Amino acid sequence: MQIRKKRLTRSPGGDLAIFIFLLAGGIFSALPLVFAISNAFKPLNELFLFPPQFFVRHPTLDNFKDLFVLMGDSWVPISRYLFNTLFITLAGTSGHVLMASMAAYVLAKHRFPGRNFFFSLVVLSLMFAYQVTAIPNYLTMSALGWVNTYASIIVPAWSASLGLFLMKQFMEQISDSLIEAARIDGASEFRIFWSIVMPNVKPAWLTLIILSFQSLWNETGGRFIYSEQLKTLPYALNQIISGGVARAGVGAAVGLIMMIVPITVFVFNQSKVVQTMGTAGINK
Amino acid sequence: MGVMSTAVKMDLKTRLSLKWEEVKANKVSYLFLAPYAIFFLIFTVLPVLIAIGLSFTHYNMLERPKWVGWQNYLRLFLADDVFLIAVKNTFIFAAITGPLSYFLCLIFAWMINELQPRIRAFLTLLFYAPSISGNLYLMWTIIFSPDSYGYVNGFLLYWGIIDQPIQFLTDPRWMMPLVMVVVLWMSLGTSFLVFIAGLQGIDETWYEAGAVDGIQNRFQELIYITLPAMRPQLMFGAIMSITGSFAAAGQIIPLVGFPSTDYAAHTVVAHLLDYGNIRFEMGYASSIAVVLFISMIAAQQIVQRLLSKLDD
Repeated sequence: MQIRKKRLTRSPGGDLAIFIFLLAGGIFSALPLVFAISNAFKPLNELFLFPPQFFVRHPTLDNFKDLFVLMGDSWVPISRYLFNTLFITLAGTSGHVLMASMAAYVLAKHRFPGRNFFFSLVVLSLMFAYQVTAIPNYLTMSALGWVNTYASIIVPAWSASLGLFLMKQFMEQISDSLIEAARIDGASEFRIFWSIVMPNVKPAWLTLIILSFQSLWNETGGRFIYSEQLKTLPYALNQIISGGVARAGVGAAVGLIMMIVPITVFVFNQSKVVQTMGTAGINK
Repeated sequence: MGVMSTAVKMDLKTRLSLKWEEVKANKVSYLFLAPYAIFFLIFTVLPVLIAIGLSFTHYNMLERPKWVGWQNYLRLFLADDVFLIAVKNTFIFAAITGPLSYFLCLIFAWMINELQPRIRAFLTLLFYAPSISGNLYLMWTIIFSPDSYGYVNGFLLYWGIIDQPIQFLTDPRWMMPLVMVVVLWMSLGTSFLVFIAGLQGIDETWYEAGAVDGIQNRFQELIYITLPAMRPQLMFGAIMSITGSFAAAGQIIPLVGFPSTDYAAHTVVAHLLDYGNIRFEMGYASSIAVVLFISMIAAQQIVQRLLSKLDD
């Protein structure tokens, strides 16, 4: 372990303490992930060994094969669940990024009555969990006739408040002179937004894509969707796992498949996400 | 009198029309805001108002809501013993996991920030991964499985420390602590990333100046330079941690089942789901939602007061 910058204030004892603390935290954080990966490749006889084994000895793809057999048996083809999840994730994420960015642009760069009030409502909504609004939302959905449709999942995702918050804070960094210059050249507001502001906030919209993707990818649709044909992949996979102890290996395979996508997406965009989060402070 | 009132009326009228002119002049801004704002109002603001309204009614989704005044709230605090258990559990849970997750986010972010970029990126991923790995947290039910196949029980039995497996997730004594461990495990999410970013944004020259001014070790550096410099991020992180610790019931129920043994891990959110999704007492459930809403906002206010003292 090498320390990034040698400062006068660094002691070797402190380095050691930090190393030990990070090691302990890292192991704690990684263990369940390692178990899941290891279990996913364990043959049945190793899953139920006594005492339990941390690591797989004779890795096999049996669990994944079992998973495909189980999925092939399901009443609704698994491709349908996959399509539902992809459709919801795509429609929800693209709408969210577009609408939140448009709103963030005027909140950050325009001055108009109600601007501060609206933004403070958004910040306030960061402070309470979705459970508070769950019941009225169900009533709203049924009044709109959206129960058991894709819209019940997609449309609320468009107005997620964290995305707008991050985008607005990030856009404040863009220099006003850039926007002013374009305005003098006669560019329309939409053109300024699309061709000048958006290309300059790439890290922020990548972050919004990732956050929205993560939540929609794991969406089970449980609250609003009851038709089997409209259910999502996480729902179908949860059904498979709920077979109990006999499905332990398959369950781990499922966990691995569901986990790998959001983590891969994050890995490729980590620096952009961190850059966006840097502007996410609240001054009071 | 008559003259005065018309003057006031005129004044109000002109002020309104001036305001309207201002709104019209900013038409484009409102057009940009509208798509987001409409859905935000329908699915976030309106529901809070509806919940407040419904909380004063008896409503079972079949008949029209019937006004009952404060009756739901009286029942909650005076007649519903399970709710009081839920409040106590939620309070303990939030008071422990909220601050702990906050400090873990901060401490790990701070330590990681001392490392080389490549190791830093790897550790960031490692700590952040649990919060985005979907329902992989259910692995913990295998780790704490109440039979010899569970990792913990298996090893304790193998080493002869216990002679029969511990019912980790059904024994009231074990439930809460274990649920807290799992929730902490997956709590290094958005706040953690925000802290890492905040630390990277601090001007290196401040530390050099600090060292010249007599700062001797990391902790003095943390207290006198780092924390004051990242107050906006700390404020934001507090919001995310508090919301997260109140909402954690989403993870608690799959771990310990519903209802949990002796309601030992019953939270306000679990109580809300019980009345909202199972018993369809929507008026009563709404009053639970309103209490939850008010306590979250109150907790936020208290913590923000505390944090704003960091400047001094």
